[in-house]
Order: sequence, then C-alpha cells, then structure tokens
Amino acid sequence: MNMDGVPGLVALVAVSIATLAVGTYGLRFSRTTSDFYVASRSVRPRLNASAIGGEYLSAASYLGVAALVLTAGAQMLWYPVGWTAGYLVLLVLVAAPLRRSGAYTLPDFAEARLGSRRVRALCSVLVVAIGWLYLLPQFQGAGLTLAAAIDAPKWVGAAVVGAVVVVNVSSGGMRSITFVQAFQYWLKLTALLIPAVVLLVIWTNDGSPQGTGGGAGWSLPLGEGSQGLYTTYSIVIATFLGTMGLPHVVVRFYTNPDGRAARRTTLTVLALLGVFYLLPPIYAGLGRAYGADADDTLVLELPRLMVGGLTGDLLTGLVTAGAFAAFLSTSSGLAIAVSGVLAQDILGRRLPGVTAFRVGATIAVGVPLAAALLAPDLSVARAVGLAFAFAAATFCPLLVLGIWWRGLTARGAAAGLLVGALGTTTGVVWTLYDGAPDGWREVLLGQPAAWCVPLAFAAMVAVSLARPDADPARARVFMVRLHTPEVVPLDRG
Amino acid sequence: MSQQPPVKPLARVRVTGPPRHRHTPGARTGDIDEQTELGEVYLGSLLREQLALAGRILGVLVLTVGSLPLLFRLFPDLVEIEPLGLPLSWLLLGVVVYPWLVLLGLRYVRRAERNERDFVLLLQVLDDDPGSSP
Repeated sequence: MNMDGVPGLVALVAVSIATLAVGTYGLRFSRTTSDFYVASRSVRPRLNASAIGGEYLSAASYLGVAALVLTAGAQMLWYPVGWTAGYLVLLVLVAAPLRRSGAYTLPDFAEARLGSRRVRALCSVLVVAIGWLYLLPQFQGAGLTLAAAIDAPKWVGAAVVGAVVVVNVSSGGMRSITFVQAFQYWLKLTALLIPAVVLLVIWTNDGSPQGTGGGAGWSLPLGEGSQGLYTTYSIVIATFLGTMGLPHVVVRFYTNPDGRAARRTTLTVLALLGVFYLLPPIYAGLGRAYGADADDTLVLELPRLMVGGLTGDLLTGLVTAGAFAAFLSTSSGLAIAVSGVLAQDILGRRLPGVTAFRVGATIAVGVPLAAALLAPDLSVARAVGLAFAFAAATFCPLLVLGIWWRGLTARGAAAGLLVGALGTTTGVVWTLYDGAPDGWREVLLGQPAAWCVPLAFAAMVAVSLARPDADPARARVFMVRLHTPEVVPLDRG
Repeated sequence: MSQQPPVKPLARVRVTGPPRHRHTPGARTGDIDEQTELGEVYLGSLLREQLALAGRILGVLVLTVGSLPLLFRLFPDLVEIEPLGLPLSWLLLGVVVYPWLVLLGLRYVRRAERNERDFVLLLQVLDDDPGSSP
C-alpha cells in the first residue's frame, strides 16, 4: 500500500469506530423487544427524519448519481428527483395511515388489512427479495470504494461493511440504529458539501473551464427518441412509486409516535433529501470540466484530480468517509427490515424475541454478502433502480389499494403481487443476462416499471371485483383505524 | 442551610364548579364503531376529503414535474434558454424541483391536519347538541 491510501484508510477506521460508538450509546436505551423492532414507537420527527435520510441515501445516491449524470447528462437527474418525489407520494398516500395501522412490518400490514396468512407469507418473501436486491449493490459498492481508496482487494470493503452492520444491528436493534442513521445523514451531507464548496472555489480560480463531453443531448432531460422517452417515464414511475414499497423505508414509519408525527417526519425528509441532492450534479459538472472518468469512483477521485497536496488528501478522506457512511447506514436499515421479517415469520416460533432478531440479522447480511462476492459487478444505481421497480410493482399497489379501497381482497392482493413480482423479475433476469438495449423488447424488459405497475394494479382490482369479500365489515373496521386521528377514541381493533 | 426541614405549605386546591360539558365524542364514535349509516357518513366524508386532497396534490405533481420529459421532447429548444447561466433543464431538475416538492408537501400536511381537526370538531359538536342525541 502506498501513501495515497492513508486518507481513505483513516476515514474508513474513523467512520467504523464512530458508527460503533454511536450504536453503543443507543444501546443504553435498548431493553425490550419493542425497542429492537420499532424503538418503542417514540422517535421524534426531527431525529426520525434525519435517520430516514441517513438510511435512504445509499451508495447509489452518494456515488452513483454523479457518475450517471456525468455519463448520460440531464436525463439521469430523474433518479435523484424521483427518489425525493417518492417521499411526496408516500406522504400524500401512505404515511399517516401506515403508522395508524399499528403494524410492525409490511407483512404485518398485509395480514392486518386482509386477514390472510398466505398473503402475509408472500409479502415476507417479497420483503426479503427486495432487501437482498438492494443490499447486493451496497456491498459491491463498498468493495469498489475500498479498492479505489486503499488498493485493497474487493472483498475487504464488503466484509468490513457486513461485519459492522451485523454487530450494530444485532446489538442494539432499531433504537440504537436510529441514532447511528441520524448521525450518518449529517456526516454524508458534510462529506459531500465541504469538498463541493472547495472544488467550486478552485474551479472559479481556474477561470471556470467548461466541459465538452457528452454531446448535444447532455442538457436534455430525457433519452433519445421514443425509446428514450419511454425509459425516462419508466424511471419516473419506478422511483416516484417505488419509495413507499422499500422495506427499510416502511419499517421506519412504525417508529413514529402517531400519524401526525409520521406526516411531519416525511415532510422533513423531503427537505433533507432536497438539500443533499443539490450536490451530486455539481460533482458531475466539475468532473466534465476536468475530464474525470465516468464511473462509480468519480466522487472519490475528483478531489485529487483537481487539487494536490494536503488539501487533496483531506478532501479525499472526507468523501471516502461519507461513502462508507452511505454503505453502512443503508445496509443497516435494510438489515433491520429483513431481519425483522426473518425473525418474526421464520425464527420467531423457535427462538425468543431478541435472539431471533440477532440470528435474523446475521442471515439477512450473510446471504447478500456472499452473493456480492460471487456475482459479477453491476452498476450501483442500475441495481438499485431495479429494486425500486420491483417495489413499485408489488408493495405500492398493495399499500395504495389497501389503504384507500375497501374492496381489496386477499385473493386480489395476492394476484397483483404475483403479477408485479413476475413481471419485474423477468426484467431483472433479462438485464443480468443480456444488458444491451437495442430493440423495443430489451427497452421494455430493462425498465419494466411502466408496464408492470399498471398491470399489478389492474390485477388487484380485477380479481378483487370478480370475487368480493365475504366479510366486508372487517375491512371497514380497519379503514376506520387507518384514517381517523388518534385523539378520537374509536374501537381500533 | 437549616437542619430543620421547612414546614410544608398546604397543597393548593383548585376550586371548580361541576363539569358542564363532557367533550368526549362518545355517542358519535359509537355510530362509527357500530357501523350505522350515520357512522358511514362521517367516515366516508373524511375519507373522501383526504383522498381528494391527495389527488389534487398528486395532480399538481404530475402536471408540473411529470410533464417535463414530454415538454422537452416536444420543444427541445427549451434547452437553449439559460436563465441564470444554467440551461433550463439543469436549473429545473437540479435545483428548483426540490423546494417545489417541499412546498407541495407542506401544503398537504396543513390541509390534511385541518381536515382531521374538522372531523374531530364535527364529532364533538354533534355530541354536545342535545337535539341530535339518540
């Protein structure tokens, strides 16, 4: 290892120690099973919003967006815009009712609303699938970052992130991780903001050079031709609607004290994400001006490219620290969500609460970690994009129809979930097998959200209407619970 | 500091009249719990209000943000406009869209909370009105 690796190594060690320290601080408050799963439902909106922001801003946001924008220009701005707008859709359609449903996880919600063990089991499988699909690129990104920062073999980064996550999640659960996530949002923002300001000053002093790469379409916010238009709208649909179906996002809503707090939390998240997403395009623009390589290491390598000496080293250390925070926080959130489901639905009957959660955490991290080491590399933002499409085509229809339409039946929900899951899985497999988009079929399979989401909605509605519920009173009681404010003393089931 | 503990003053006693109103919306929530037609009307109205509000906000989102790809496809020359030294597409999608999303969210939260307050008030007012008690 040469001297270039020192800032990155210092950053990695510092972030890992800080994460474990904050986690240990939170551990003092974790005692009960409820602490482990939902932080005993007592997290205030501001802390919770920082935690959601910290958890949500993954490697795809931190590294992927800048690289995508540098490669393909303004059309890739739809990813950060969609990842933020997804929270507006979630706020408007889902936030308060989801909290008021009083369920721990998505499968809990499905069972409470539809009263079916089968739909619950299906949801559990889907949560684990989405969680693993999302965890895989985080671990791969961690390997990539460590390889770029200190020339370590790729498995080292993935293994370090996996180990820290398992220790943190299994020792403190949700209560402890809330502090860690909130801390990591602010770390990520600082780690991207300070270098951006310094680099912009340097850029101005250099006489504001303009980039030339990327061609005429660089400023056009959509792809070329009608296929490009389809792709752009498919990304919009996947990101706007997929956010609400991500298990690590949803699980956070149960930690709010009530529905009103859930709304306020979401609003604060919108603001926090908006501030953060102003930054990656700056890196893309500067990368273009200084002729940086357009891959996922852009953010990490830009400081040294633009400025040498101690300043360059310090800034590199800072962005590397932020990148590690991104892997740690998103992986922790996903690990919590997946282990919650594994612990409740598979291990819960055999092991006591907290032990089940700890074993669940180990499995939740171990499987995608192994897959990340074995599977070929995938663009970070691309893989995360598929996870969004999957969530948009499965849990989005379930939540929206379950919350707003009394007529949804267990049979209808199962049909829609299966249709959405099969459609997007075909797309995922096709993309992994043969990623080159050259005809309409490849374009449709590569971005399946635009046809899978309406299809899943249609399947749920059609099957529900074909065989209405035998006992509509059940659904009505549940709807009362979802939509009336908590101050009204109703029979809440 | 003196060694003797000071004499404890007598606890203050609040003198009030008999309660005139009980502001618990008991009877009306009964309507909702028992799923009478009246209860259906109450809950239906809240549900419709909230759904219409959600529809309006999402409609604005689709019209303002969702229409952008189509707009730039139909009028690609819009890219040439550079209001603050930045091409219009970068300014809109890189900067302006974020405060706009927060603004829409703020409006939704205010209206949704107002709808819920109105609903709670409705239950209370009806409950206090002796004419409408069953």
